Amino acid sequence: MTTTAPPRTGKRTVRKDHPGAAPRTRRPGRLRRISLPYLLLLPALVLELLVHLIPMVIGIVVSFKELTQFYLRDWSNAPWSGLDNYSLTVDFDAPVGEALLSSFFTTCLFTFFSVGLCWLIGTAAAIFMQETFRGRGILRTIFLVPYALPVYAAVITWAFMFQRDNGLVNHVIHDQLGLTDSPPFWLIGDNAFITLLVVSVWKGWPFAFLIMMAGLQNIPREIYEAAALDGAGVWQQIRRITLPSLRPVNQVLILVLFLWTFNDFNTPFVLFGKSAPASADLISIHIYQSSFQTWNFGTGSAMSVLLLLFLLVVTGLYLLFTSRGRSATDA
Amino acid sequence: MRRIRVAAVGAVTLSLVLGAAACGGGSTDGSGSNEQPKTLTYWASNQGSSLEVDKQVLQPELDKFEKQTGIKVKLEVVPWGDLLNRILTATTSGQGPDVLNIGNTWSASLQASGALLPWDAKNFEKIGGRDKFVESALGSTGVQGQDPAAVPLYSMAYALYYNKKAFADAGVAKPPTTWDEVIATGKQLTKDGKAGLGVEGSNLSNNIHQVFVLGKQHGADFFTADGKADFTSDGAVKAVKQYVDLMADAQIVAKGNAEYSQNQSLSDFAKGKTAMVLWQTASATFAAQGMKEDEWGVVPAPVQSGAPGTGTSTNSMVAGINMAVFKNTKNIDGATKFVNFMTGDEEQKVLNKAYGSIPPVKSAQTDPAFNTPGLAVLRDTLAKSASALPQVPEESQFETVVGTAVKELFADAAAGRPVTLESVKAKLEKAQQQMPKK
Repeated sequence: MTTTAPPRTGKRTVRKDHPGAAPRTRRPGRLRRISLPYLLLLPALVLELLVHLIPMVIGIVVSFKELTQFYLRDWSNAPWSGLDNYSLTVDFDAPVGEALLSSFFTTCLFTFFSVGLCWLIGTAAAIFMQETFRGRGILRTIFLVPYALPVYAAVITWAFMFQRDNGLVNHVIHDQLGLTDSPPFWLIGDNAFITLLVVSVWKGWPFAFLIMMAGLQNIPREIYEAAALDGAGVWQQIRRITLPSLRPVNQVLILVLFLWTFNDFNTPFVLFGKSAPASADLISIHIYQSSFQTWNFGTGSAMSVLLLLFLLVVTGLYLLFTSRGRSATDA
Repeated sequence: MRRIRVAAVGAVTLSLVLGAAACGGGSTDGSGSNEQPKTLTYWASNQGSSLEVDKQVLQPELDKFEKQTGIKVKLEVVPWGDLLNRILTATTSGQGPDVLNIGNTWSASLQASGALLPWDAKNFEKIGGRDKFVESALGSTGVQGQDPAAVPLYSMAYALYYNKKAFADAGVAKPPTTWDEVIATGKQLTKDGKAGLGVEGSNLSNNIHQVFVLGKQHGADFFTADGKADFTSDGAVKAVKQYVDLMADAQIVAKGNAEYSQNQSLSDFAKGKTAMVLWQTASATFAAQGMKEDEWGVVPAPVQSGAPGTGTSTNSMVAGINMAVFKNTKNIDGATKFVNFMTGDEEQKVLNKAYGSIPPVKSAQTDPAFNTPGLAVLRDTLAKSASALPQVPEESQFETVVGTAVKELFADAAAGRPVTLESVKAKLEKAQQQMPKK
């Protein structure tokens, strides 16, 4: 134990040996040690500032302004409108607020199902892939294809497949299997929600799969072997060993999936274009339409700020509860 | 030393950040300059069947301009769906092209942003005067009583295109001229998986064009005289219901049309799946899809009764493309020269022939090439019975919210849900309340 002295102890020894010289020669080293992490962080901080913080502050400022086409060219001088944008946004009896609220609930429902299914399929596939079998490598690669494809190309292909008259989906379920009386619409009307969910889960579950596989690698095989010796079946092993061990991984995975899904813009935009059907009117598209289609940037910004607050609160509560739960189980 | 370096990095960072913030503030300097007299950037809207076709049409003309003036024009053809957003971004950042195409219905909206060079008498003089253009085309270049924000480049009008063979097969002697006849003829033609009429139910702009014309026929304008949104007047409600009823009630439109937004109705027409379509200058598209010119006929778009004319016999909106100059261009003289070139007789003939549109320039319009039976219908419509969409700053929002309302009503009709005066009015009420408060 004493032979390999930790650096701190060593430092003190040196200082004792050369009391006068030590501060002069060591100080730059210490400064370097102290400033190095900040220097390394600096590029990220600068980018964070440029990419996130400044637009965010501008967004908050705009949410208090009356920014329409009349002030677009000189938007920093648009007149202040106080809380008007916010009161319009949260007036749930008027169409703007009502539509926002309905879009919010749609987004919540969509996020719940999408994250739930992504997690379920990802976890099941990861557990399944723990077993070694012939063709496992190929299968694993195939599973990751949706995650590797460019979003636009993948989603536009789905949009073609979901077309009512010429799409592959209706060709299979209506023409070939005869499951429906008439070919259903998938890109307009109520079914649009299902369409969105299918594409979102298809796109999202490989990420859950990837993270879960990484998590599973960290569980020592011996625990399973011991459990098997004690007579635990596969299901019991999953319930008592796999899932509890994956808890920290799950905590991050679900949070990330939640944030991505809740804010997903690409999928509905590519599927439905500028105005999504009411059943699939996700909040991101809704805000886009309020800002860029009706040129009401102030109201759109107010909606964005409210969304940000909501996500901050939900994330905070989630982290609070999950980490509290974890420390309780750890103890 | 190190501290100084850290401080230096900090200072550079801060200046970068402030610089970026300042850039974001948008350039607010007044009118253009002549700092870069040798180049121009031109955003052309996508007029041909593809971006490539547009480049092939435009590049030789731009080369001609370079030979004449020594000014090199950098061309970018912008897809229709992206154009408005690109213009908005260019407006806020101040980093736009020098010359650009805009949809003529956006003129007043973009005029309100103050980003476009106003065409006052002095500027008009540089391109041959205001009188060089057809009056109806000038009607959609900005708010009335103000200097136009753009000049007309290509003019178009709606007409009824019909498939001659389908008509002959069904024993229909002559194409319809009124809506009642459209429905009666449509019913005769709707059979064996074929539909009488095609629509683009999910295309917001097209929805607006159609219901605006029907609105005119019912005496409604969608905006009051002082420019306030008026989407729920009886005439407006009737107009929207009449249009959606072509699918919901008359059932001469196939249900699948409710999700069309990429000109699929034109493909259906070219393939013989639908017998009629109401469209603006569609001949180039039909030709591109392999249809021969003698296979289709063109007649004026229908009215409620009588002959097309102004007022309640309006049968088309004034469709077309305008050309505008960004106010903060660094080559203002070159930009004006370029507009003059593109609206000159020779270019007008070349370009409008290539795109199947009508020249909004009087002298070019007299060319025999624009006097074919098909184009004569469009030319007459523009001259006699077309109305410009409301020239109000909120026009662009109107397209979005009312266009969406019509799209949703088509979705209802396709799903078999009833479309009633009440449901139409409710949708339009909601649309109106989404308009920004002035």
